[in-house]
Amino acid sequence: MAQLNAQGQPYEDDAPEPDAPVAAAQASTDAIDDLLAEIDGSLQVNAEQFVRSFVQKGGE
Amino acid sequence: MRVVGIETEYGIVDPDEPRANPILLSSRLVAACRGWAGRTARWDYGGEDPLQDQRGFRRSRLGATPDLLTDAPEFDEAAGHVTLRRRRGSWEDPAHLNAVLPNGARFYVDHAHPEYSGPEVTNALDAVIWDRAGDAIALAAAARYAADEDSRVELYKNNVDGKGASYGTHENFLVDRATPFDDLARRLTSHLVTRQVFAGAGRVGLGQFGEAPGFQMSQRADYIEAEVGLETTLRRPIVNTRDEPHATRDRYRRLHVILGDANLFDVATYLKIGTTSLVLTAIEAEDERLDTLELAAPVEAVQAVSRDLGLRARLPLVSGEDATALQIQRALLEICRTYARDAGDAAVIARWEAVLERLSTDVFSAAREVEWVAKLQLMGRMRARHASTTLPDGLPWDDARLAAMDVQWSRLGDGLAQRLAVAGAVERLASDAEVARAVSGAPQDTRARLRGGIVAARPELVDAAGWSTVVLDRETDHGHLEVVHLDEPLAAAHPLLDALIDG
Repeated sequence: MAQLNAQGQPYEDDAPEPDAPVAAAQASTDAIDDLLAEIDGSLQVNAEQFVRSFVQKGGE
Repeated sequence: MRVVGIETEYGIVDPDEPRANPILLSSRLVAACRGWAGRTARWDYGGEDPLQDQRGFRRSRLGATPDLLTDAPEFDEAAGHVTLRRRRGSWEDPAHLNAVLPNGARFYVDHAHPEYSGPEVTNALDAVIWDRAGDAIALAAAARYAADEDSRVELYKNNVDGKGASYGTHENFLVDRATPFDDLARRLTSHLVTRQVFAGAGRVGLGQFGEAPGFQMSQRADYIEAEVGLETTLRRPIVNTRDEPHATRDRYRRLHVILGDANLFDVATYLKIGTTSLVLTAIEAEDERLDTLELAAPVEAVQAVSRDLGLRARLPLVSGEDATALQIQRALLEICRTYARDAGDAAVIARWEAVLERLSTDVFSAAREVEWVAKLQLMGRMRARHASTTLPDGLPWDDARLAAMDVQWSRLGDGLAQRLAVAGAVERLASDAEVARAVSGAPQDTRARLRGGIVAARPELVDAAGWSTVVLDRETDHGHLEVVHLDEPLAAAHPLLDALIDG
């Protein structure tokens, strides 16, 4: 399975290293940075418990 | 113009009681939805009693009388197709699990999930609008739930729980019955497999249980295990064979697509519906150019595409050649240009072309439109925040924080996708005002107008409603329920129902 670098771009074993599509700077970068900081703060504490408690039954 | 509709099963959790019974939570949510909406109707399960249906017959005029029960008058176009049905004695009413809403949708409990089945619409933009209306309705129901009960629920518009369970977001397309099903399945498959590149919602974890670390394009890819089949809960197929048209059977099929992801991005929903509808038009026209794109191993290709974040994996074709998902999509786009019939189709073609172009030049330039790209971008930035000399790539994909973000991405109301939209990082195709109108009103160009209209205007007269029926319970001298048949989805007018709606 392809590994991903920090930008999410896969490294491929059988292909030349792709031109990294660097996450383009967005107009709303500051807002996204604030959001990431907020997520980081909340997940530092309870990420594992949150993931564990999200249990659904199959549907359809 | 093609009749389409989207069904969404939401994940449901009581955050204060994670082990709460999801069936109970879902039925309470539907009850809350009925309370919130005020005007609703029960679901018509009438077809489940064949004896009653056999006793019904076509009625020739509005003022049917009891003697007509033993008669067989000619069908009268002017009066519309109405049959009589015996009143039930007492029946176990599953109404508490169902609400037919003034916008023509059905909100109900399906297995252990609340489900919104949107009303029939005729174009991709309306599909987006009434899909988002479903999210708004589900949120309103959850707010009512919190007010009515001493607990609360959170709703998630995703398709996996990361522990093996998957639940569906199904698309329905009305297609010409004259198209042989085998041709339909064979020619549509390569589109369904490759459209993930713009329709995928993104997922952290590989495998049905997320057993391998990584990120993939699609929520559903790992749950697709067959090419064609009737099942929706095990050995799920790329093309589902359910033949339940909810419409005139000799004219229509209802193609039930079960492999798609739930989408929170307007452009993803828009393209998912709009491109599939155009490919179906090409199939109905028996366009043989489609045969050159037939995949040699479609089931394997679903997963290969989902894992191919660099968009360069080559998929083997029956012809002996191979092509990338983007190349197949470009070829489909060229074929579909022939079938763009109106401004709506032309807009789909233009967006389709633009998004494919962005994906092929710089994946992240599509982050405002393609959900998996936006999710990957946000996750990439979160990973990078934690890069260090010991973790040069930042957080590994099996870090619980990334799995948590994946789930929180899809939470209705305050999820990460919604937060990105508020920050202006997501392109919207429909305004909040349009969505608000679709919460309370039905599409005006399909039979949903009649279903929603009668529920909104005269709920006290409606015994029940289904996709192709409205059952009226009126004071009539024949003493029976009247089943109004709406077998033509594009017939948005009906003499009897319009008279009642207009009062």
